[in-house]
Amino acid sequence: MAMKKSFKGLFYTPYILWLAMFVIAPVALIIYYSFFDIHHQFTFSNYRVFFESGTYLTMTANSVLYAFLITVISILISYPMALVISRLKHRDLWILLVILPTWINLLLKAYAFIGLLSRDGLVNNLFEFFGIPAQQMLFTDASFILVAAYIQIPFMILPIYNSMTDISDSYIRASSDLGATKWQTLTKIIIPMTMPGIKSGIQIVFIPSLSLFMLSRLIGGNKIITLGTAVEEHFLTTMNWGMGSTIGVVLIISMVVVMLFTNTKRKGRRS
Amino acid sequence: MDNRASKLGKFYIIFVFLLMYMPIFYLIIYSFSKGTTMANFDGFTLSHYGELFADKRMLAIFLDTILIALLSSLFSTIIGTMGAIAVHNTKRRHQRETLLSLNSILLVSPDVIIGASFLIFFTALKLPLGFWSVLLSHIAFEIPIVLLMVLPRLDEMSPSLINAAMDLGATSTQILSKITLPFIQPGIIAGFFMAITYSLDDFAVTFFVTGNGFTTLSVEIYSRARQGISLEINALAGIMFIFSLVLVGIYYLIENHNLSSGRKLDRVEVPDR
Amino acid sequence: MKKFVITIITILVLCAGLGYGSHELTKSTGDSGSKVLNLYNWGDYIDPALLTKFQKETGYHVNVETFDSNEAMYTKIKQGGTNYDLTVPSDYMVQKMKADHMLIPLDKSKLTGMQNYGSSFMNKSFDPGNRYSIPYFWGTLGIIYNDQDVKPGSLEHWNQLWQPQYKDGIMLIDSARDIMGFSLISLGKSVNTTKTANLLAARNKLNRLSPNVKAVVADEIKMYMAEGEAPVAVDWSGEASEMMSQNSHLHYVVPTEGSNMWFDNLVIPKTAKHFKAIYAFLNFMNKPENAAQNAKYIGYSTPNNQALKLLPKSVRNDKQFYPPQKVLDRLQVYSNLSPTKVQQYNDLYLEFKMHH
Repeated sequence: MAMKKSFKGLFYTPYILWLAMFVIAPVALIIYYSFFDIHHQFTFSNYRVFFESGTYLTMTANSVLYAFLITVISILISYPMALVISRLKHRDLWILLVILPTWINLLLKAYAFIGLLSRDGLVNNLFEFFGIPAQQMLFTDASFILVAAYIQIPFMILPIYNSMTDISDSYIRASSDLGATKWQTLTKIIIPMTMPGIKSGIQIVFIPSLSLFMLSRLIGGNKIITLGTAVEEHFLTTMNWGMGSTIGVVLIISMVVVMLFTNTKRKGRRS
Repeated sequence: MDNRASKLGKFYIIFVFLLMYMPIFYLIIYSFSKGTTMANFDGFTLSHYGELFADKRMLAIFLDTILIALLSSLFSTIIGTMGAIAVHNTKRRHQRETLLSLNSILLVSPDVIIGASFLIFFTALKLPLGFWSVLLSHIAFEIPIVLLMVLPRLDEMSPSLINAAMDLGATSTQILSKITLPFIQPGIIAGFFMAITYSLDDFAVTFFVTGNGFTTLSVEIYSRARQGISLEINALAGIMFIFSLVLVGIYYLIENHNLSSGRKLDRVEVPDR
Repeated sequence: MKKFVITIITILVLCAGLGYGSHELTKSTGDSGSKVLNLYNWGDYIDPALLTKFQKETGYHVNVETFDSNEAMYTKIKQGGTNYDLTVPSDYMVQKMKADHMLIPLDKSKLTGMQNYGSSFMNKSFDPGNRYSIPYFWGTLGIIYNDQDVKPGSLEHWNQLWQPQYKDGIMLIDSARDIMGFSLISLGKSVNTTKTANLLAARNKLNRLSPNVKAVVADEIKMYMAEGEAPVAVDWSGEASEMMSQNSHLHYVVPTEGSNMWFDNLVIPKTAKHFKAIYAFLNFMNKPENAAQNAKYIGYSTPNNQALKLLPKSVRNDKQFYPPQKVLDRLQVYSNLSPTKVQQYNDLYLEFKMHH
């Protein structure tokens, strides 16, 4: 018996080591660093600066607003997508088409948009074709939000699609047999039943949208500073790790809040 | 759904698919353009691919990226599988829940937090930034997804199988190699592939923890995209697209093979960035 | 189990192959021998033909590695494990490296051709008496505009950037010292000020520039300006000369009220090993014909007055890149600030970027 225990312990060791070194230690370090200034003196000044200077609070509010818009746009586009795909004959094949773009490197997609949105890029050419004057599109809030939504859409479609395939057809049949209109079936049966999918979609999309620093740089031209951009700036450019960690802690807290709001009871669903 | 609605629906999804694929095809089409920008198509050429293959730095980075992906996926698969067995063996519900929520921290954390915290961590350890710090980070953030892919398989395994083997006098090692591992093999393979995807897709974490001239493709594309349009990057996009198609193909072949050998995979796993 | 072990071994072998391949590729880009010089330079900052010429004349092969910021170069050399013989820091970085004992003084007895350099480029505050550094190129910070959108002559002062007509039209170089710097100059303050009140005033003034700012980026300004994506940019003279060679509608102005003047300098870091090669190279680059060839290729301004004489008249008399003494007198050089002050510049600059 004793031998068996040590054998089992063998499995715990590397995993627990990983948990301690790469999950607990880094989070602890980020919290620890948020209380130090550039001279390695213990201080609350980082938090004071964050909450007292309007700049950081406005930036946080803007960042949350952007992430919110990105999430809403992704839901609006993804929900009908998931709905239609889940009703198709070869739905596995179609959903494969949704997954495929996620295998293309994010940076390549962002790079494509630099070409698409530039002054004589494809989008402006199309505009001119329809008689609309050429627009200044790169480095605008709208293009940042749209490109971010573009990148997030597959990640929103997949969980919603999964929750739709969980709905048994008999519910929908029963609903129409009872005389419900299609609209009623959608709002009273399908949407409530796919709520867990929507929630996990929000979880997957909203949190990363707070920290898309490469997009705010390449597409937003650094005019849009999100929480993630601020962390990146403080860590890699200004070298003020204390302030960067403070913003990181704020980001972690917002992550926990989002998780609490969207937590679905997964228990039993996997069986 | 009646026909009219589904026609409208089909029109809608085709429209969205067109939008989804347009940037990708746009990139690839211009990789064959004779010009220097993505504004006008100036006739067909393969010269950008020629440039790409003559660019030794880019090729070295390409090899490094795959090296990091394979090596990190290998280690994360081993550790993640062990972790899954450990979690599976944890019978106390409370402990199991704690382990699982700790496991998911890295899955839901924004990349910048992972990157920044690892950067602090490596600096505190005085580990020089470069190949090893990138490799360790990739192993670290791939482990939780491997665990999540392997654990359901383990939970499906009936305990009576192991009890029977133990009654027949099998040692722990024999049970592991003859019963457990073959049973959870599909989960391990899926975990390995997910780990590769995570590694190839990562930009932010690598961006934070790399140094001393070591780069991966994502980081290199970022710094080149900042210098402006170069159709060599478009050629790279073409190559990467084919590469992804092949990877997806292999993955689904293996999945389908597993499907036919018993388990139905009804959940589409969500790759992260 | 066997299957797993075989798979693991296969993957490891594959990895070894990949590692070997990438190692070979990296090695072949710069071969090493005994007669070498390891130059750590900015990207695309020396005429490759000069390196071939140098090897022909002296037999030393030059390995070039590149960096893209002073800070990156500093960190890499500080971290150790490198063996660079020469590197090219800017003014304030020379001062910082000197203060951190990372430089070896020049042996003046082994140098020739030092008299070729103009007196206004020598004996600067960052390295009095040029004990550690030889100027390589110099330049200014200024305004680039496209004459299709901006009337020539109508944009000559920093303050004019705040005019509402440039709404959403200005691209700024993403550099704390430079952006805070021009704001300070527009307020009549020194670019090296350490007074918090001045810095706050500069930040507040920048916040008011926000509506006019199109993007705060770096290298990409070249592409966007050349393609006419924005009418105005604030960038360095060398970058400007590159844009102008791609788009003849672009012009570069150094505001008369003053601006920053920067110097990139050749220095010998403590990691140096090949001293014969180093002095051979320094003397080679001091020669007017070589400096002139390099300046022609790079497009930056050379501090080598004898070399300047060899350049075509159109370059020599170009007031955009060789401003008259009257303007030169108003230019300010960055000095190395204390870490606290550097932090304050950086933080205030980030606050400006966050201002929406």
